[in-house]
Amino acid sequence: MATVLVIAEQAKGVLKKASFNALGAGQDLAKRLGGAQVHALVIGQGVGDAAKQLAESANAVHVADGAAFANPLAETHAAAAIAAAKAISATHIVIVASTYGKDMAPRVAARLGAGIASDVLSFTGEGNVHFKRAMWAGNAVATVEVTTAIKVVTIRGTEFPAGAKGLNGSVAALAADGGAPKTKFLEFNEVKSARPELTEARVVVSGGRGTKGDFKPIEQLADVLGAAVGASRAVCDAGWQPNDLQVGQTGKVVAPQLYIAAGSSGAIQHLAGMKGSKTIVAVNKDPEAPIFQVADYGLVDDLFKALPQLSEAAAKLK
Amino acid sequence: MKILVTIKRVEDYESKIKVKPDNTWIVTDGVNYRANPFDEIAVEEALRLRDANMPSEVIAVSAGPAAAATEIRSALAMGADKGILIKHDGWLDSDAVARLLQTLIEREKPDLVLMGKQAVDVDDNVTGQLLADYLGYGQATFASKKESLESAEEKAKKPGIKLAADKKSAQVAREVDGGLEVLEVQLPAIVTVDLRLNVPRYASLPNIMKAKKKPVEELTPAALGVDVTPKVKVLKVEPPPARAAGIKVPDVATLVNKLHSEAKVI
Repeated sequence: MATVLVIAEQAKGVLKKASFNALGAGQDLAKRLGGAQVHALVIGQGVGDAAKQLAESANAVHVADGAAFANPLAETHAAAAIAAAKAISATHIVIVASTYGKDMAPRVAARLGAGIASDVLSFTGEGNVHFKRAMWAGNAVATVEVTTAIKVVTIRGTEFPAGAKGLNGSVAALAADGGAPKTKFLEFNEVKSARPELTEARVVVSGGRGTKGDFKPIEQLADVLGAAVGASRAVCDAGWQPNDLQVGQTGKVVAPQLYIAAGSSGAIQHLAGMKGSKTIVAVNKDPEAPIFQVADYGLVDDLFKALPQLSEAAAKLK
Repeated sequence: MKILVTIKRVEDYESKIKVKPDNTWIVTDGVNYRANPFDEIAVEEALRLRDANMPSEVIAVSAGPAAAATEIRSALAMGADKGILIKHDGWLDSDAVARLLQTLIEREKPDLVLMGKQAVDVDDNVTGQLLADYLGYGQATFASKKESLESAEEKAKKPGIKLAADKKSAQVAREVDGGLEVLEVQLPAIVTVDLRLNVPRYASLPNIMKAKKKPVEELTPAALGVDVTPKVKVLKVEPPPARAAGIKVPDVATLVNKLHSEAKVI
């Protein structure tokens, strides 16, 4: 009998939004497996409330709560996940492909002799379920089969709906310790920004070489739209913006509802990082720029003229 | 110190990737190949660590077709001391690569293993973590650099990974969702690197010439005694969903109107 284990992610006892999408993915998978049970696991310190919240969308919730799990170390958290998976004989383990999930999920797979499909976009088939995932930065979508009895799947949170509520599963403490990790947590420097995180933002405004390094119009529009700011590789390589804003195959791959590319030519490496966006807007002086081939709406104009107008008009809509 | 660094031959990210008509893989004819960019960052970090901790050596390892010798040579031209190529044609899933590396590491016994966080072909981002667990090592994924007060010149040369004086552990800043986490990891360990750790050097012509004389050992999965039967099989490769043809709008007012009432995104 198939059993799905969804590993939630939390920070300071508060569930990350994508954890609910992981529950949605777990429920989808369970249905395809002929009505498997969906268990959830939350690991941390002071995660009782998070566990109660998970219970609404799971048949049972396991809680690894204690000082050993206070920091999200891959080794300790994987140890708890392995203990839970063994306790319930989980056949499928689902976790969001965040940096937390990517860090620990392979360790869980290694220990359980499981294959791992990472950054999965959707499931296909029933019974023997296969996984669709992006390769070559989204330039191809592969359908993969995990041939092992136990399968570990990391999912792209934005591709799955939040889990249905009303399951009201029971909550129980999990007997697990963190083992003897070979890593020690020293500190976490949170990036405090008024803007949303690039990979989680609903709207992204990005600038390319056409900005000549002046990101004021980009930032102004981003603030009006509540958007994250991104940049092309050319901009980061020139040192105009930090590398962590880089959208592209070697930077961050984003898929927001709205992506506005200003002054970007549309290099393959940049397109690979944003092609999955729902609506793409391109603003560029050059009507021949390849970015217009992927844009839903293209505006041939100087970004220094068009973006302030766009900011003004968008502000009026609010 | 002995540092092992992995380098994968991948399709150049500036090449256009097209899916084969029979949906078995991508078209490889006419595609340029190069070293995985994240692996180049790993090689650069390995070289900086070596040069700051002499005597040390850097071994560049690749698993893949015979042609991957080119990428090993590129690591040697950057400055790595020797290469190892585990030759295998055909599909190697990340788990098979992790088990090949496990066997090799048990033989070579490096103090530190540096790898790109992911290869930009299959985009798995799992090999380093699988390997760490198979070896029972600690791991620090997505290594980045903690901005400090160092000068631009120092920044350009110094490793971002801080070795302890006794070389029994290292401090690694990790780029995680929402910020930068700093871990201390006992050595030997697996460290996978992210984009911001450093900017890899270009190989100079004299170093490219020198690289030709550096030793490259050739192995096979059979020679290492590793069964590379995949746990993950690729059944089908398709192009991503096509985007509907877009339109050009004449002015900002039209654009805002479209975004508001048609696309409903603002």
